[in-house]
Amino acid sequence: MEFFQDLMAYEFLQKAFITSIMVGIICGVIGSFIILRGMALMGDAISHAVLPGVAISYMLGINFFYGAVVTGVLTSLGIGAISQNSRIKNDSSIGLVFAAMFALGIILITSAQSAIDLTQILFGNVLSVRTSDMVVTLIVGVVVLLAVYLFYKELLVSSFDETMAAAYGLKVRMIHYGIMVLLTLVTVASLQTVGVVLVIAMLITPASTAYLLTNRLSIMIFLAAFFGAASSVIGLYVSFTYNLPSGPVIVLVATAIFAFMFLFSPKQGVIVRMVQSNKRKVA
Amino acid sequence: MNGKVEINQLTVSYYGDEVVSDVSCSFDAGNLIGIVGPNGAGKSTMMKAALGLIPKDRGHVEIGGKPIHRVRKEFAYVPQRNNIDWDFPIIVKDVVLLGTYPHLGLFKRPRKKDREWAMECLERVGMEEFCDRQIAELSGGQQQRVFLARTLAQKANYFFLDEPFVGIDVGSEEVIITILKELRDQGKTIFVVHHDLSKVENYFDDLILINKELYGAGPVNKVFQPENMEKCYKMRIGLSPSLGVEV
Repeated sequence: MEFFQDLMAYEFLQKAFITSIMVGIICGVIGSFIILRGMALMGDAISHAVLPGVAISYMLGINFFYGAVVTGVLTSLGIGAISQNSRIKNDSSIGLVFAAMFALGIILITSAQSAIDLTQILFGNVLSVRTSDMVVTLIVGVVVLLAVYLFYKELLVSSFDETMAAAYGLKVRMIHYGIMVLLTLVTVASLQTVGVVLVIAMLITPASTAYLLTNRLSIMIFLAAFFGAASSVIGLYVSFTYNLPSGPVIVLVATAIFAFMFLFSPKQGVIVRMVQSNKRKVA
Repeated sequence: MNGKVEINQLTVSYYGDEVVSDVSCSFDAGNLIGIVGPNGAGKSTMMKAALGLIPKDRGHVEIGGKPIHRVRKEFAYVPQRNNIDWDFPIIVKDVVLLGTYPHLGLFKRPRKKDREWAMECLERVGMEEFCDRQIAELSGGQQQRVFLARTLAQKANYFFLDEPFVGIDVGSEEVIITILKELRDQGKTIFVVHHDLSKVENYFDDLILINKELYGAGPVNKVFQPENMEKCYKMRIGLSPSLGVEV
């Protein structure tokens, strides 16, 4: 219970706590749409592609959000341009563009002799969250949640049946790029909690766990947010108590929850289904 | 309320190859129109391009004298079954409820009367008892009926169905064609991409015969003739109304 006493006592721990909960929630919410739209690889691409944006923002002396959003959106436009105007398949163009952006980002960061610690951006360190970072994360969180709430209907229909949505006049391209912008925002907000490399786990693992448990999108989103936040809290506790790096611990906690549900969830659980089919054989 | 559907010089290509070539035809409202042709003849492509869902090289489509993009809320489209992710976390009644979305404004949620209307549409296709099922838990025919219910919920005047009868049971096919004929009798206009020639005369009033180019368009009894069919399918086809079709 030392953790909770420290939580009361230390401001840096409170900031880490609040930030990581918010990151868990918004990653779960956006991640639900990412996995249903089959965009997991795209999520990974965008998270890596924000790196040059962060570096350039630092050079220009502006908040790294601006640069990250620009390079995130440029990346998704670039990927779309390559796969639509050539025979190169979508997953290949994703790999092509994001590796290049990531490489560029690493060179910019190392050559700019910046004060940015590359390791920290790649792997995160939630205990170093400053007040301004926490505020930015909270604002991003509110924006993302509000956007999903307001456009829930459009997100649902375009994720489920994009052709029908287009047929009745929804701007499905706009929705696609809108999700890319939200994804970029979430990635940047997660930089300090889990880092660029592991953001993808926060996006797809809690959402996948939720997907095993329900047949309704709205419930899936709530469950994904819950599992995301729970992973963050438990991960932060373990990481603080045993002095382990926060990002990887949070990711492993999320994975452990997924593994448990994969085996034991009432509908999709592997073991549950085995038991049921055995029962049926006996009967 | 309803006007003519006119397709003018519609041409579509993939990577430089024309797959639909210079198709023009027009149909009066209140007809049930089949679109038939061999595999790979561009039937679905023509329908999607006509509705502006995929890019076309040239041509334009008008409904009641208005370009198609001005009347989007007047028509409803049912995609082929394999375009749907059946594992999506959505239950039957919520699929039908999507049909009310085109008429809801931005930021508006479906209300009680929309839910009731969706249930009515579900009853009409005889699927109300499955309303809480996830869609993968249904048979192919049941899935197609749910999508027809969604189309009914859209309160459209023009219907476009892409291969609705593929891989479904006889009972469901019966339910679907009965409803389509009822809609026709109410003055709606329905286009159906179809490939089973044995049902053509029973199902449709008009026919579009296509194999990249148009091989005939008009009343079934005029278009559905051996010489047209052989030209279109590029093979001998025995048409006998009583025994169905041999290819």
